[in-house]
Amino acid sequence: MGIFVGDETRLVVQAITGREGRFHAGRMREYGTRVVAGVTPGRGGADVDGVPVFDQVAEAVRKTGANASCVFVPAAAAADAAAEALAAGIEIVVCITEGIPTLDVMNLLDDANARGWKGRVIGPNCPGLVTCGKALVGIMPGRIFTPGPVGLVSRSGTLTYEVVNLLTARGIGQSTCVGVGGDPIIGTNFVRCLAEFESDPDTRAVVLIGEIGGRDEEDAAAFIRDSMTKPVIAFVSGRTAPPGKRMGHAGAIVSGSMGTAESKVEAFHEAGVPVADSIAEITDLVAQALGWR
Amino acid sequence: MKLHEYQAKRIMRRYGVRTPRGEVASASDEAGEIAARLGCPVAVKAQVHVGGRGKAGGIAVAATPDEADLAASRILGMDIKGLTVTRVLVEEAVKAAREYYAGITIDRARRSIVVMASREGGVDIEEVAARAPEKIARVWVSPRAGFQPWEARSLALAAGFERRAVGAAGAFIASLFRLFVQEDAALAEVNPLMLSEDGQVIAADAKITIDDNALMRHPEYRALSEEDSDDELEREAHRRGLTYVKLDGDVGVIGNGAGLVMATLDAISAEDGRAANFLDIGGGARADVVRNALELILMDNRVKAILINVFGGITRCDEVASGLLAAAGSVGVRVPMVVRLAGTREEDGRALLRKTQVATAEGMADAARQAVALASGGVK
Repeated sequence: MGIFVGDETRLVVQAITGREGRFHAGRMREYGTRVVAGVTPGRGGADVDGVPVFDQVAEAVRKTGANASCVFVPAAAAADAAAEALAAGIEIVVCITEGIPTLDVMNLLDDANARGWKGRVIGPNCPGLVTCGKALVGIMPGRIFTPGPVGLVSRSGTLTYEVVNLLTARGIGQSTCVGVGGDPIIGTNFVRCLAEFESDPDTRAVVLIGEIGGRDEEDAAAFIRDSMTKPVIAFVSGRTAPPGKRMGHAGAIVSGSMGTAESKVEAFHEAGVPVADSIAEITDLVAQALGWR
Repeated sequence: MKLHEYQAKRIMRRYGVRTPRGEVASASDEAGEIAARLGCPVAVKAQVHVGGRGKAGGIAVAATPDEADLAASRILGMDIKGLTVTRVLVEEAVKAAREYYAGITIDRARRSIVVMASREGGVDIEEVAARAPEKIARVWVSPRAGFQPWEARSLALAAGFERRAVGAAGAFIASLFRLFVQEDAALAEVNPLMLSEDGQVIAADAKITIDDNALMRHPEYRALSEEDSDDELEREAHRRGLTYVKLDGDVGVIGNGAGLVMATLDAISAEDGRAANFLDIGGGARADVVRNALELILMDNRVKAILINVFGGITRCDEVASGLLAAAGSVGVRVPMVVRLAGTREEDGRALLRKTQVATAEGMADAARQAVALASGGVK
């Protein structure tokens, strides 16, 4: 099973004719993802390494049965590309693009709501997701993952790889790993992912990797306390970051008393969620949660 | 990107938001001349990107142009929370009958814009929010929907503004909303929003932050950001296109990915060290980016050791290592360096570094421990 993507995923890559799109389409196919189409307006009829290219997402859906999309379109046009995918009935739109204006993302999610588009947006500014052994959508390095019982959700890319690498080295496999993205406004938050993991039969425990900024971690803590039976292990990055400084991610900023690491760690503690003090400690806590020692 | 008060007020005036008349000065005699032009009394206000400048002595009221000159000479060059004042805003001093608050920002959890108003202006609004949240009236608005004066009037009424202020305040807040959307702001705040004795509504102070992601469609702000970054190293990083934040320690840090770099800073702190900076070279960084980053870190005289923490996902560690060595060879590294490589081809990467003077580390904690020891003059 896993969440959001899996055996049933038929992927269209938006901006497949670009450098990033083409490179990662190849990587995703290597992993075993069924990449059925590419879209680049004005390049319909071409093919990229054997994948047919269409002018628009709706046509790709009609002709190939695509049900998921991965967006590599540059920032100025990425929100528009994601809207096109949602309007075409795509169920999971994974937006890798970094640097999309916040109001564009807000308008995208607002339109989706107003027009009754059913699809889910993951990201933007995210590394994508992988359901281990089944489908990888995005830019995560496939070889570090190994199938197993732990779900993982994170706001960061390389930090996720770091943790997955340690889990894999310890012999702890993963069900699905989701990078939700480092921007202030994102399509899919921690709570949504936790709810999916809670009902996923392949997931027995969840690792949540949060960071400073916003209150997604606090909301996640409340959700875990009220609605989850599976164990969750948390980590919060940026504990020593000074207020008022944007730490790389647009979303990672402490303003006044909002978004501090202390508030997040405290919320997890109050919800009975163990918080790892270091990256290395995460694997120990997961092993404990799984009853491995 | 944060704008200075004088820049924020300039933009507000373009949208029909009333502000006191004023001009910016970077020399005290200039401040005196502005005061003479405007007519006294005037306020002389330090332009720095930190709160609490009033308490720090960064604001003065002058009754004559000579007093304005004197106040400016005292404030210019002053240090406020580590930032040097290089400009003052000289503007007409307005007498307040009441002080209110108006602010617009992004509500991340609701994925919406939130417009706020309060009767309790002139004080720290976060403090009001914590102490008496009911004293801040809020309404959530989508950018496409817009926010009309009548909606703003009802917000002002809900906030308990005086009846005679409601009409002008409504127009004021609606204009501020238009500015917020058209300029791609992340914050537009007026505190205090002043009701003058003759019934006018005026922005006595002004804060605007522009969404960094939207700078591509507002080239005019890009120019401002280069002219106005408070720190020389940050300005240099900006010129080099690096994601850099200056911190106050002595361990220089380079890593790939914001989350990983933040975690690296935490690991340094856990070893009782202090990082000198945050620097993210991003995914798939090539040798030239590594070199660029290393050069920048070496410009920082406070740096006593460098920690490089890279997780090779798509990037191969052996490529990073050879890039690093090439860069170190050409730049000339004057301080000890610890390199921690993990992920794709980490063994090959480490093997390349073992032939050199560069210290390598297995895990993040180990790398942090070594770097902190080296920075404090110890042996690894």
